[in-house]
Amino acid sequence: MERMGLKIAIASGKGGTGKTFVSTNLFNVLMQESVPVTLVDCDAEEPNDREFIPGDNTNSFDVTQEVPVIDTATCTFCGKCAEYCQYNAIFFLQEERVIQVMEDLCHGCGACFVACEYRAITPKESVLGTVNSFQITENTTLIEARMKVGVHSPVPVVKAAIKQAKPTDLVLMDAPPGTSCPFIQTVNLADYVILVTEPTPFGLSDLKQSVETLKSMGKRYGVIINRAGLGDEGVFNYLEQEKISLLMSIPFDREIASVYSTGKLLTNEFLEWKAKFRELFNIITAQYGNSSY
Amino acid sequence: MEIAVISGKGGTGKSAVSAAFATLNENVVLADCDVDAANLYLIFNPVIREENVFVSGQKAIIDKDICTNCGICMDYCRFDAITENNGEILIDETSCDGCQLCARVCPVEAISMIKEDKSRLYAGDFRNGKMAYGRLSPGEENSGRLVDVVRDKAKELAIASAIDMIIIDGPPGIGCPVISSVTGVDRVVVVTEPTLSGLHDLKRTLEVTSNFNIKTQVLVNKYDLNETMTDNIEAYCGEQGIAVTGKIPFDPQVVEAMVHCQSIVEYAPDSEVAHVISKAFEVI
Ligand code: SF4
Ligand code: SF4
Ligand code: SF4
Ligand code: SF4
Repeated sequence: MERMGLKIAIASGKGGTGKTFVSTNLFNVLMQESVPVTLVDCDAEEPNDREFIPGDNTNSFDVTQEVPVIDTATCTFCGKCAEYCQYNAIFFLQEERVIQVMEDLCHGCGACFVACEYRAITPKESVLGTVNSFQITENTTLIEARMKVGVHSPVPVVKAAIKQAKPTDLVLMDAPPGTSCPFIQTVNLADYVILVTEPTPFGLSDLKQSVETLKSMGKRYGVIINRAGLGDEGVFNYLEQEKISLLMSIPFDREIASVYSTGKLLTNEFLEWKAKFRELFNIITAQYGNSSY
Repeated sequence: MEIAVISGKGGTGKSAVSAAFATLNENVVLADCDVDAANLYLIFNPVIREENVFVSGQKAIIDKDICTNCGICMDYCRFDAITENNGEILIDETSCDGCQLCARVCPVEAISMIKEDKSRLYAGDFRNGKMAYGRLSPGEENSGRLVDVVRDKAKELAIASAIDMIIIDGPPGIGCPVISSVTGVDRVVVVTEPTLSGLHDLKRTLEVTSNFNIKTQVLVNKYDLNETMTDNIEAYCGEQGIAVTGKIPFDPQVVEAMVHCQSIVEYAPDSEVAHVISKAFEVI
């Protein structure tokens, strides 16, 4: 039996390195072995795991935040709310007696509500995105975070999506790209992080930054190199030097690229890859098993 | 003239296209606005002339000597950043959004805000002109504002050195940073790949650009890896009235060029990739 309650994040410094590819294939092999597993697509700006994993949409809900509505009839134009707002979301011109909330900039922090002494501010729900759940098989689920275009941050939607996963389950999280706030918020909740990279100078630069970040957070991690064969030796040398575990190396291969491009899963097309992804999971649980957990 | 190169997801070859654009003309200002993963400096190795601190936000900290553990701040924080552990009130740095509300409501003024000042803005010279780029420190937010700052710096460089072409390498996604990258530019070039996800992302990206009424064109990278999907993308763009101005073939030389710190135009000027990209640039 697999260890319960393990959370694995699949991340990369940049998008398009094969994060989705690894997440969906790993999910697929575990599903085929009837392991109860939940995949959370945390790449809320461009979620597309569900293109590879068909299933019925069983539940969807909006993620909202409370934004202020200012009643200009009651407002005294004192400006205290605008002063409290750290995000410049309240546009205020005292002399012209103009005040306006810019919802796209609002983080829903609530400070302006506290600031206003004249009861001129009332709350309103504004939609940041949706969380969609899909039943894949009896004991496997895909949860998708989908941000609304132009919203200030994907973080609230991502957090709401992760909350939907049962904490006792094995959870895979397809993390947002980059190393900024959305990435940190996702990997912060993970027990183990798989970093996917390309063997190029770009890949190496992003990888170093991701590794530094994970080190400072005290996370366990390993690396998958995608499109091996293109590029140079830089990433391989770095891993060796830093004694970072190379979990898997996926060669650049036109056939693999073409399987992916049509929305198919490699682990359904080639038995050898099914075995390799199974092995990947074994390596991770073995590494994780050695931890103090 | 400002041209922004963007893509739904990273890794579609956006940076390779930006690098090629930047080396076609004698003098350009290159603004690397992919601030989460600014990479172009690796190819162009610019001589840094200026380094500025970019304050991306702030975080709250509690002075334990003053705090009475009354818990009032915890009730106000909407980001679940303040927790209680055995009667002690703690702020989780990762979750704190920096809104400062806790500091305002604390009755004994035990909370202060510290600036997040590890992000940087760089400006310098590279072999084809000037370059500006930002580097967001891991975990920091507000990349949209850093994009604005990088673009302002690029404009300043352009004016100071009388260069009229600015190439913006935009960030991936559909959020605030992308919007900051395309607001007010003259042309947007969207780079995509012939995959189902690529088409999907392209649709979301065009949703963003259509709100701005900017002349947009699409480049399909590695089009020959799936020609059926390329046809689908062309058909979709046709419906939207958006021109596909180039279909770039897959060529391992694109990666080799990068390894040699060159753009494809510099590394293999006679390759088909270089030709297609130059053509697309001429259209602009
Ligand atoms: S809720 Fe916070 S971010 Fe939104 S307008 Fe009020 S003070 Fe500004
Ligand atoms: S604090 Fe209240 S009264 Fe003062 S400007 Fe804001 S909304 Fe108006
Ligand atoms: S409100 Fe101030 S005194 Fe009360 S727990 Fe928070 S920091 Fe401590
Ligand atoms: S600054 Fe805002 S987000 Fe941070 S701990 Fe205080 S109330 Fe919470």
